[in-house]
Amino acid sequence: MSVANYIFGIVSALIVLFIVIEMLRRRRLRERHAVYWLLAGLLGLIIGIFPQVLAWAASLVGISVPTNLAFFVSIIILFFVCIQHSSELTVLETKARVLAEDIALQDMRIRDLEEAAATGK
Amino acid sequence: MPASLDHTLIVMPALNEEATVGDVIREVYAKLPGVRCLVVDDGSRDATIAEARKAGAAVARLPFNLGVGGAMRVGFRYAQLHGFDNVIQIDSDGQHDPSGVPELLVALETCDLAIGARFAGEGDYSVRGPRKWAMTVLSTVISGVAQVKLSDTTSGFRASGPKAVQLFAEHYPAEYLGDTIESLVIAARNGLRIAQVPVAMRPRAGGTPSHNPFKAATYLGRATMALLIALLRPRVSASESGVTL
Repeated sequence: MSVANYIFGIVSALIVLFIVIEMLRRRRLRERHAVYWLLAGLLGLIIGIFPQVLAWAASLVGISVPTNLAFFVSIIILFFVCIQHSSELTVLETKARVLAEDIALQDMRIRDLEEAAATGK
Repeated sequence: MPASLDHTLIVMPALNEEATVGDVIREVYAKLPGVRCLVVDDGSRDATIAEARKAGAAVARLPFNLGVGGAMRVGFRYAQLHGFDNVIQIDSDGQHDPSGVPELLVALETCDLAIGARFAGEGDYSVRGPRKWAMTVLSTVISGVAQVKLSDTTSGFRASGPKAVQLFAEHYPAEYLGDTIESLVIAARNGLRIAQVPVAMRPRAGGTPSHNPFKAATYLGRATMALLIALLRPRVSASESGVTL
């Protein structure tokens, strides 16, 4: 592995971590949504600094080409991110539904009260 | 049945029904004296709200489209807040004849949820092809869950008694077909007694029912999935307070 290649891996991981931490700092990202991205960045950094860790982990689970393990873990992390987003979306839709129903009921109450007030005077 | 009509709320979910909603409301008031009528506007872009108010109905306006399930839960919650015992759902397109309502109310004396069924002898409504298979599969499975013979599980003409109103005010599903299929599963699993009442259906005032085989096949798939998911879901109970998320 060339020195350029080695540095490229580490810099990529650092960029990922920098973006995630900066967004957390500016409150553009909530902690619960950042967990998987932080995990991905940290794993990338560890493997960037110590590439032999990836080879060791691959041999441990019987994968002959270590990069395949990297791809597999990346896809798994992306899968969890997507599932989390779908789940959050469902929760938000449910909340929006309850709010819409409440607005409809409150709207009726206000109309009734306004009518009662108008006829009472 | 004038006594129980006083405690009965007619709920009409309406989406862009300005052409028919007024006539349906006037027909309800003419045939069912003493009843209250609530139109739940499901994000219409036409004059549905104005037409409904003009005809003398109370109108709840949803800020955006939620589907029949969302609209009906507003109706159930309104009924609970204002002390109505029974809720009867009628389509605002005029395909349900309000003269079937007294029969549904009679059925509510011995059950908690009465379905106005299209195929139970009255009326001339017929379907065929995949849509018919879908309805057969649905009615067979749901009849098994509910332990009562039901032939028309997707009917939108139904009456809910006090127990059903309490349950549905919290747990009326908003998903596709949830208002028909999943609501029946929820009711059956909570021990509500379900009955079927034959009613006549009129042809829809606007539009024709789809006989496109691809659409019907899609319907079969989605209905089967909705049913399977409904059966997989954990039980819910009406004992919790308020609407749960």
